[in-house]
Amino acid sequence: MKPAPFAYHRPASLGEAFDLLDRYGTDGRILAGGQSLVPVLNMRLATPAALIDINRLPGLDGIGLGPEGLVIGALCRHAAVEGSSLVAQHAPLLAQAMPHVGHLAIRTRGTVGGSIALADPAAELPACLVALDATVRATRRGGARDIPAARFFRGIYTTALEPGELVTAAVIPPIPPGWRSRFDELARRAGDYALVGLAAHGRVADGALAEIRLVFTGVGPTPMRAAGAEAALAGRRPDPRALTAAGRALDADLAPQGDVHASAALRRHLARVLLARVLTRMTES
Amino acid sequence: MDLTVEIALTVNGVAFRRRVEPRQSLVDFLRSELELTGSHVGCEHGVCGACTVRVDGSLVRGCLMLAVQADGARVETIEGIAATGEIADLQDAFARENALQCGFCTGGMLFTAQEILRRNPRASETEIRAGLSGNYCRCTGYHAIVDAISKAGAARPGGRS
Repeated sequence: MKPAPFAYHRPASLGEAFDLLDRYGTDGRILAGGQSLVPVLNMRLATPAALIDINRLPGLDGIGLGPEGLVIGALCRHAAVEGSSLVAQHAPLLAQAMPHVGHLAIRTRGTVGGSIALADPAAELPACLVALDATVRATRRGGARDIPAARFFRGIYTTALEPGELVTAAVIPPIPPGWRSRFDELARRAGDYALVGLAAHGRVADGALAEIRLVFTGVGPTPMRAAGAEAALAGRRPDPRALTAAGRALDADLAPQGDVHASAALRRHLARVLLARVLTRMTES
Repeated sequence: MDLTVEIALTVNGVAFRRRVEPRQSLVDFLRSELELTGSHVGCEHGVCGACTVRVDGSLVRGCLMLAVQADGARVETIEGIAATGEIADLQDAFARENALQCGFCTGGMLFTAQEILRRNPRASETEIRAGLSGNYCRCTGYHAIVDAISKAGAARPGGRS
């Protein structure tokens, strides 16, 4: 199981990377952490003419605070995000989610930008970004734009990125006082793709969910915002009645597909279980 | 068309310079070019952990990193960390606890075990099992491996005993 031959380029600057993107178009693939791309190459599900290895582009592996919030460079490894005190303080949802991403030896290589650009609907990071109302910074020759995460993930492995654009950062806006986060997921084994995951971010007041954003993984083509369940819970404590109502609303919010790992019905059931578990923990003082 | 690229790297402290095909994985490079066959090729898609090595101090999957990406890097294989004595206690514990049968997964297990104990020599059974979740063993049922890691950790500085 070996990849088909490809040319290899290791640009030393964004300018060189854009030149290579222009030159190869859809025949070139960006190589970041490689933890999703290389398996696909090994199985020859993709046979690009060239890999453009962006790992040595300078200045893209930092985590810093700016006026717009917490800026996480695209080349930050999952392990770096997991261990970052800035992330723990300013985006605790991400800190909670990172240990669920693959395994130790995957997180040392896999990157934030790679996870964003791949847009795997089972992935943890995209759901967290949507829950946090974050933006994805896409850089092209001569400029950059910040795309709201809620509009960035368009479908399975499909994003709002345009040809010639690279994901260069995720930007997480400052979190006002009173907001809490909780991430959890249900998987058959630690590190496996979760059957269902939930990124919850909300304002808790007197044990009630004054505001709540719920974004699920693995139960639809994108990170799935559960607007119906959010409405059912707004202003309420997550008591059994509220959770039952929210669980019913989830049926319309989610669009799971059955596969070899779990039927659609099991995923819907697990989503309700996870919702109750996550919200109960989130509102505990 | 010649796609090969020259790389320079150190492996177990020895400097090497080679021309490689970009599509060659790091683990295939170590095995076929340097004849370091302790790193094993199992699933070739990052699931089984038999190819685990360390690159610049970080645990990585040798099948999910290209050799060309290790240009300039410091690579350590199971041969290297066994020779330095870094994991001698784990090797002893694996033998004592009968934590290997066919041995195919053992190099990767030892690397991961070392990382688990480096982070926390008092790791609980649950933490050890979570840490090992990316390393498959098809012989032992894991119990003996978890015991071996737990006992090796207990005897380390900062361990339970």
